[in-house]
Amino acid sequence: MTTTSLPRTGLTTDGLDLTTADPERRAALVAGFPFPFPNPTYRYSTNVEPAGSAVVTPAGQWGDCVVDVDVEYTAELAERAEILERDPSRHAVLPHMRVACWDAMLCLMRELAAANPATMELTLLETGSRPRYRWRNDVLGIDTAFTYGLESTLPAEPLAWIGQQVQEDVVLLDQREGELFGDAGVVTFAADWSFGFDVGMSFLEIHGPVPRLHAEGVITRAQAFLTRLQPGEVYRRTNWTLTIGRRLDVSTELYDQWGPDRESIQLLDDTAFGALVHLRTEVQHLIRLPESGAVMFLIRSYMLPLEEVARVEHWRTRAADVLEELPQDMADYKGIAKYRDRAVAWLRAAG
Amino acid sequence: MSAERIALVVTGLTALTPSIREVVLAPIDGGSLPSYAPGSHLVLDVPVGDGRERALANAYSLTGETVEPTEYRISVLRCDPADGAAGGSAWVHTLAVGDKVEALPPRNLFAPVRHATKHLLVGAGIGITPLLSHLRSHVRWDADVELLHVCREGEGAHVDEVVALTGGAATVVHDRATFAALLAERVRDQPLGTHLYTCGPTGFMDLVHLEAAAAGWPAERVHAEAFGAADLDPGAPFTVGVAGEEIEVPSGVSLLEALEEAGHEVPNLCRQGVCGECRVPVASGSTPVLHRDLYLTDEDKAANDCLMACVSRALPTDDRPAHLEVTL
Repeated sequence: MTTTSLPRTGLTTDGLDLTTADPERRAALVAGFPFPFPNPTYRYSTNVEPAGSAVVTPAGQWGDCVVDVDVEYTAELAERAEILERDPSRHAVLPHMRVACWDAMLCLMRELAAANPATMELTLLETGSRPRYRWRNDVLGIDTAFTYGLESTLPAEPLAWIGQQVQEDVVLLDQREGELFGDAGVVTFAADWSFGFDVGMSFLEIHGPVPRLHAEGVITRAQAFLTRLQPGEVYRRTNWTLTIGRRLDVSTELYDQWGPDRESIQLLDDTAFGALVHLRTEVQHLIRLPESGAVMFLIRSYMLPLEEVARVEHWRTRAADVLEELPQDMADYKGIAKYRDRAVAWLRAAG
Repeated sequence: MSAERIALVVTGLTALTPSIREVVLAPIDGGSLPSYAPGSHLVLDVPVGDGRERALANAYSLTGETVEPTEYRISVLRCDPADGAAGGSAWVHTLAVGDKVEALPPRNLFAPVRHATKHLLVGAGIGITPLLSHLRSHVRWDADVELLHVCREGEGAHVDEVVALTGGAATVVHDRATFAALLAERVRDQPLGTHLYTCGPTGFMDLVHLEAAAAGWPAERVHAEAFGAADLDPGAPFTVGVAGEEIEVPSGVSLLEALEEAGHEVPNLCRQGVCGECRVPVASGSTPVLHRDLYLTDEDKAANDCLMACVSRALPTDDRPAHLEVTL
């Protein structure tokens, strides 16, 4: 049984989105969920692998394409548009990232078209120093011809425009002096961080607050790997956290809205707990862009409530094992320390 | 990170000068070719034959359009095997239209820094080639760019094209003294935040580095393209221990070649110390490594616990002959 509504409690969690009672949507979300725990314990690591191959799960599969258009496509894009309208700081492009934005737009169009040939197509109309293209996205009713490098031929800045056609958050990393800098992006679905705060920072600075990463050399290894990535090479990794309610936008900017739910959730009954606490997986793709040499970092957020996670026996026991063993500093950083014991108990009891 | 080779066919050949040949390569299946960053090179497979005992993998800068290319263009200076060249460029000069060649997809170690306020391109001779794709990109994006070039009279491949692309911001000279004076003046008259990119013979690039350093340029703003550098010297012989077996590595033979000839498989791609594929762990019992690659970081090299088998070798110590213990 999927929980379709919860009684009012007077707590901040009242009215939070549940992941839906629509059986088709529910089935699709479960089948495509990238379960993030290949091992019984979790530690930070430079867990990158070549992208593009499907990972089979007990419930379905994920990962066969770089840009994933799923049942949430139009809903998530509408949410992104609304967030950008309300808070333009979620989109930023430092001046030297202009080439990278065009690069990113073309790359994302190619990935969209490759994954959705029936509805999306990028056609090269003219080659030369200023190639011309036609981009068709039937899902969104877009059919436009444009000239590479000429912003006047697009309806918006290239990164902003393509950012409203993919569910992924996009960060573009400029590479100079052997380091990477987060100098452009469209990020509306940040999990407890702020793109507007981080823009312009180095890769090492962006990851400054994460415990263990620096001492264990994970982040310097990741940067060494990324700076050597060659054009055409695409890698991926996953990350995860827990989120209360189906909230894609749990950015630092909105902390006042979602932060208190970490207290409220502890007071709710088991039915509400299982419906509201979501395992959130980020599938991150890393792509070296051709002309700018920038690294495109895509973050796609998938969420599944514990009540759905528990339906898959392997997911239920594995998630309980990982959460139970997770060291305290990592639980603190992920912001789940206050309710992870409850989550473990809930998963154990759901067997 | 092994890359798939691209099958190409020669569709055009032009003698740009008596010793420089432009080769136009198109995909055999007529499909499209990957876009690439300015300053990228193509690594061509050079087959055994014609006095070449081993297959070579030669890197040549791409000079054509970088975005949506329908063909790849390279310009190759013929280096005479009689003068000790390995024979790769001589082979390129024997290619005919319709010949099939294989290459690795474009790779880059010499990309423009988009953060720069201005780009100062400094080339010599055939070193113009990677600067040409830089120039195309800067023109497209309306970046501030200036080019200094020195080449022999009548040996100026691509010079007319470069001058046309820069719209007057190119200075081409034909003798070293004039060039040295020009360089000394131009490196002292650039806006703060300018990046310098140089390609040419090793001695030339050393001069550019010295002049820039003397004018106060931070090293991070001076970039050099490694290709075009002279071939590595053949190196002294050493021995290598692998799985209890001892193998001789003679002068002129790389560790990679010696391991392969002894029947060991080592993943590899570029065979010139660039791609990072043939990294081999070095165990205790080894003498110091003579690192000659462009891949490992200084920290990696200092650790003395691995080497790139395609170019790096062993150094002797006062009391021990050069020897490496490796694990595959």
